[in-house]
Amino acid sequence: MDIYLPIANLSVNALIIVFFGFGVGMLSGMFGVGGGFLITPLLIVYGIPPTVAAASASSQVTGASVSGVFAHLRRKGVDIKMGLVLVSGGVLGSLVGAWLFALLQQSGQIDTVIGILYVVLLGSIGGLMLTESVRSIRAQRSGIHPRARRRRHHPLVSWLPLRWRFYGSGLYISPLAPLMLGFFTGILTVLLGVGGGFILIPAMLYLLGMGPTVVVGTSLFQTLFTTAAATMMHATTTKAVDIVLAVLLLIGSVTGAQIGARVAMKAPPEYLRLALAVIVLLVAVRMFLGLAWRPDEIYSVELS
Amino acid sequence: MTALRLFFAPLALLLLLGAKPVLVPDVSQREIEIYYSFTGAELLLFGAIVYPDGEPVADGEDPADIVVVVKGPLQSIQLREKEKIAGIWVNANRMRYRSAPSFYAIASSRPIGDLVDDRTRAIYELGLDSMQMSPASGAAPDVQHRFDAGLVDLRQRAGLYYEAPGAVEITDGVLYRARITIPARVPVGRFTAETFLIRDGRVLAAAVRPIEIRKSGFERFVANAAEQHSILYGLTAVALSVLFGWGAGAIWRRN
Repeated sequence: MDIYLPIANLSVNALIIVFFGFGVGMLSGMFGVGGGFLITPLLIVYGIPPTVAAASASSQVTGASVSGVFAHLRRKGVDIKMGLVLVSGGVLGSLVGAWLFALLQQSGQIDTVIGILYVVLLGSIGGLMLTESVRSIRAQRSGIHPRARRRRHHPLVSWLPLRWRFYGSGLYISPLAPLMLGFFTGILTVLLGVGGGFILIPAMLYLLGMGPTVVVGTSLFQTLFTTAAATMMHATTTKAVDIVLAVLLLIGSVTGAQIGARVAMKAPPEYLRLALAVIVLLVAVRMFLGLAWRPDEIYSVELS
Repeated sequence: MTALRLFFAPLALLLLLGAKPVLVPDVSQREIEIYYSFTGAELLLFGAIVYPDGEPVADGEDPADIVVVVKGPLQSIQLREKEKIAGIWVNANRMRYRSAPSFYAIASSRPIGDLVDDRTRAIYELGLDSMQMSPASGAAPDVQHRFDAGLVDLRQRAGLYYEAPGAVEITDGVLYRARITIPARVPVGRFTAETFLIRDGRVLAAAVRPIEIRKSGFERFVANAAEQHSILYGLTAVALSVLFGWGAGAIWRRN
């Protein structure tokens, strides 16, 4: 079933795109990540121009995070004050991201930068997740429960001036820390088309020291607004948001997300984290090979 | 009636001018509309060769050949070349072209190299190696050639540039037809279909027909909206994603 994408200017098999969305939606439902880190590379490999892929993926991530945010809001799993600080940082970040995107596009290095960022971010986070999940699986098998890590924010965070109380997260820290975190994630959202949950969640846990009950909900809250801002950025600057592509992805991903969420309830969390770590690492390896191997196309055309 | 008149007008002209044969070309579609299920189009280029004395080929003469060229709108492009630097492949060199055709297909009744010499090919831009792409930067000839070949190779594999020798059929030396496939990846705009009548290495007659390719209906609406009402378009995209996400959650919760 071929369908023409009016912005990407090519025709694609609609079922394949819906299937991509479904697979990534499953993962996002299972692991609580937006799945942008998977969908953008998949679309690029399928032949969608990288800019269109990143721009349209961000609206798919918006859709994937909506139902999660509602679910977490209902059970009070969102620190809205913290979320708003993160979002303000994210919106500023997406402005800077759009500027960076244009700059890199002009110099022809956008694809390389996207590739390197993917390899570095996914490689390091995938590696951390892998060791962490393997350690907890081992500990569980041997029956010894590891001593619970004392929740504390990073010394650098406490050094920052101007402290606010974040009741939901149980923190008394400077809003500058989450603001910078949101800012950094906002840049990545525009550049990579990712929600940034895979960076936010570990940073919230280990850098800010937020309470684990509000981490996922607040991260989704930030993802929802930052990806929406990134979609707006792309729509007004690169004009590369393909609404037909986005709808196809959404159809698949919102369905997949619901099924994934039900699977996640039955599976043991350590194994889920292990599976996610493996997927993240595989994507990192694939992106690395894309950079290191001789590409299929040495030449690329861009309109000037 | 109009068709008939069109057909006979050149005939009348011929009687005045004498000698040279004239082409009466046409294309199956003057307009190609891109709609949601567009996967490319097939153009049929056909027509007649009208000889002044009514006889296609006099004794002892070679039969005439037909060459058909379909060109897409000219684009000002930048071609980047990847190179391995510090272990990874990055865009290292670039070349600007002021007017490279976005699409170029050439079909002929015999291989183009057998029909005309290089000079004629360059004049009429016949063949992938004879296209005028007007590079904007003054590079060394070998570098220029490398980039030109890279562009042609890239677009050839995308189906945007191709040569189809032998794809023009000529019936009884008078009627000709050729099929040109246009892939879905072509840009919209004004295409041209040029037909050349060639004999003894000379171009005896040439004719051009325009073809308009454009997005229609919903596709045009979306492309225009994205370009001209980008804020509203972006808001719509965001609203749609929120709606989809929320809707799916609501439906699943009820079940």
